[in-house]
Amino acid sequence: MSDGLDGPEPEERPDPDGRRNSQGIRIDPEVEAEPEDRRAVLSALVKHEPGVLANISGLFRRRQFNIESLTVGPTTDPDRARITLEIEESEPGIEQAKKQLQKLVPVIAVTELEPTAIRRELALIKVDGSAPDQVGAVAEMYDGKTVDVSQESVTVEITGSEQKINAAVETFGRFGIHEIVRTGTAALERGTRKTT
Amino acid sequence: MSERTTQPPETEADSDTETTPTTVSSGATSVVRALENTGIEVMFGVQGGAIMPVYDALWNSDIDHVMMAHEQGAAHAADAYNVVSGEPGVCLATSGPGATNLVTGIADANMDSDAVVALTGQVPQSMVGSDAFQETDTTGITAPITKNNYFANDADTVGDTVGEAVALAGTGRPGPTLVDLPKDVTNAETDRDPGMAQTPETYMPQDEADHADVETAARAIEAADKPLLLFGGGVVKANAAETAREFATAYDIPVVTTMPGIGTMPEDHDLCLSWAGMHGTGYANMAINHTDLLIAVGTRFDDRLTGGIESFAPEAEVIHVDIDPAEISKNIHADYPLIGDAGRVLEQLDGALTTAPDADEWREQCLAWQEEYPMDYAAPDDEPLKPQFVVEALDEATSDEAIVTSGVGQHQMWASQYWTFREPRTWVSSHGLGTMGYGLPAAIGAKMAADDGEEVVCIDGDGSFLMTVQELSVAVREDLDITVAILNNEYIGMVRQWQDAFFEGRHMAAGYSWIPEFDKLAEAFGARGWRVDDYDEVADAVEEALDYDGPSVVDFHIDPAENVYPMVPSGGANDKFALSEDQL
Repeated sequence: MSDGLDGPEPEERPDPDGRRNSQGIRIDPEVEAEPEDRRAVLSALVKHEPGVLANISGLFRRRQFNIESLTVGPTTDPDRARITLEIEESEPGIEQAKKQLQKLVPVIAVTELEPTAIRRELALIKVDGSAPDQVGAVAEMYDGKTVDVSQESVTVEITGSEQKINAAVETFGRFGIHEIVRTGTAALERGTRKTT
Repeated sequence: MSERTTQPPETEADSDTETTPTTVSSGATSVVRALENTGIEVMFGVQGGAIMPVYDALWNSDIDHVMMAHEQGAAHAADAYNVVSGEPGVCLATSGPGATNLVTGIADANMDSDAVVALTGQVPQSMVGSDAFQETDTTGITAPITKNNYFANDADTVGDTVGEAVALAGTGRPGPTLVDLPKDVTNAETDRDPGMAQTPETYMPQDEADHADVETAARAIEAADKPLLLFGGGVVKANAAETAREFATAYDIPVVTTMPGIGTMPEDHDLCLSWAGMHGTGYANMAINHTDLLIAVGTRFDDRLTGGIESFAPEAEVIHVDIDPAEISKNIHADYPLIGDAGRVLEQLDGALTTAPDADEWREQCLAWQEEYPMDYAAPDDEPLKPQFVVEALDEATSDEAIVTSGVGQHQMWASQYWTFREPRTWVSSHGLGTMGYGLPAAIGAKMAADDGEEVVCIDGDGSFLMTVQELSVAVREDLDITVAILNNEYIGMVRQWQDAFFEGRHMAAGYSWIPEFDKLAEAFGARGWRVDDYDEVADAVEEALDYDGPSVVDFHIDPAENVYPMVPSGGANDKFALSEDQL
């Protein structure tokens, strides 16, 4: 075995007192706290071309960002599409997600939406058809509408915030839910404020 | 193409005179025209079915094509060409296996931010998605390892796409780009000339840092007691080594580099503490861990540099200069982020500084650490040859501008530790991806980029050399004057070192029970070969190999027990580097 190098051994060397947390931020060990995760809604304006969505979802996969929902659709400009992404990450993680998104060449602009932004999700909920009147009444409570009725099932469309849809799903649960599909959040800033 | 690539030098010189550029008649000729427009002079590649139209279009071009033995070699050669010349390196491959063989080299270029443009053949669009012969989803496969990639679908615009790929690869933070070229597109008729190469409009790197941010950072530098400059590969990419040196000397701030940043500061300069990280010098790692202001320029804080995040420069405020905003606070939080070109931001800082930090004590401390933790080795005559001795012998026998390429492993560490680098773009290695087999094809790319008379030495390991040994045929065919020095310990040495340290010495699949005689292998390829076992043979073999006008291979049989120190254990604190195995 080789002899190695000369010099004081590791334990003989002076030790600095400081430390960093897992985000690489210098911390006071007395008041150490890991940043908490929060929910962020990102809106990305992208070139409307093949492969963009795969690029974005691939980016989120390989960087292990915890993605909550992702929606995509065209804009008034046929060359551009808008992607709404919801992620739950720590503050540095959200910053990193924004920068990594912005770095993709087909991405034109990325913004994080204000908490006051309009956020909507759509759900189709197919429940048991034995009590169509009651289903209709509940749907009305949630400003939803019945979009399909058969002998065995009633399908209801609900639009609204994620919380409202969660509540609706829970309420419809008592009829017996057969199937459900949700779109994920689409969001725009309020008033004249531009989203990107 | 050998009938063209082996043309005597006289003919090459004649062809320097202006010739008519490629006339655009097809997608393929448009591709070649676009490359000519961007000033591309050399390409590295391997022929194949789907890329044949592009090759055919090269017949009438002045672009020099080096036919490689394997596509991986083409990508590494293109990468090294970029590192040495600063110009984008271009590689070509056919569809399917050709493209997938490029993948390792593209990933390597991506990790090291090297401007490489890969052009791949693809099956005709009518057959895309049908699992046709030699079809792969090349843009899909390479999306995570390219800065951007393109699927060309129109002969009229394919030249512009290739131009954009070249421009994008070399602009801002460099990186690899790829254009997938379906055969119907390259074969299709078009007379549309590609325009001047332009980066996409969505890519607008910021050159200058915010002035207020620069002022704040400058005040932090003035106030620092223990300032330390950390120069990364970004300083090389930005051609900012000269500015960086001037900055360090003007304000008398000690410098450590990252491994890709080797050569940004002359390693024999009083202020230079050499490179930090897992196998960096003890003094560089001590300085990193005790600085109160780390001025990091063009580095992405790779884990091989930082060790454990918690203990990295634990008392330092961090000024981070980088052209890529996504690198800011990715791994290490930046207290003073300065987004911009390395050279330009250093000039801005220089303009904003009114005085140098008062750091006499700190500089003395850094010098004391250099005394305390010497990079040294014993070379007793009665023991087998030490690899460090070989590296130093090669360094002494070559000029300060000699270019060193390496594979990956123990030999790479010895080369970077014991060679004294003085200039940027003279250290060509696989850093982020750690690709064994990088050294030999990189030497080919480096030689193609080197100025006349500039020596290229590949310091390789036995394991690394075996991975891309076939490229020796290219060096012989192209008559490239390169010297390969194999530090042969008949082991995958770095694995063996880790097995000794962390797997109780169980050398599972680390040793070669039989290994070729590399000197004879070299002769079989048409190169010259030597074998060296003893100290007294080293000088002569080095001299003969360097003197030989063509590819030469010296197989140095070194002490198989020698390990690399210092060593920061993975995830450990930089200043807790081990100096010997019993400290791990």
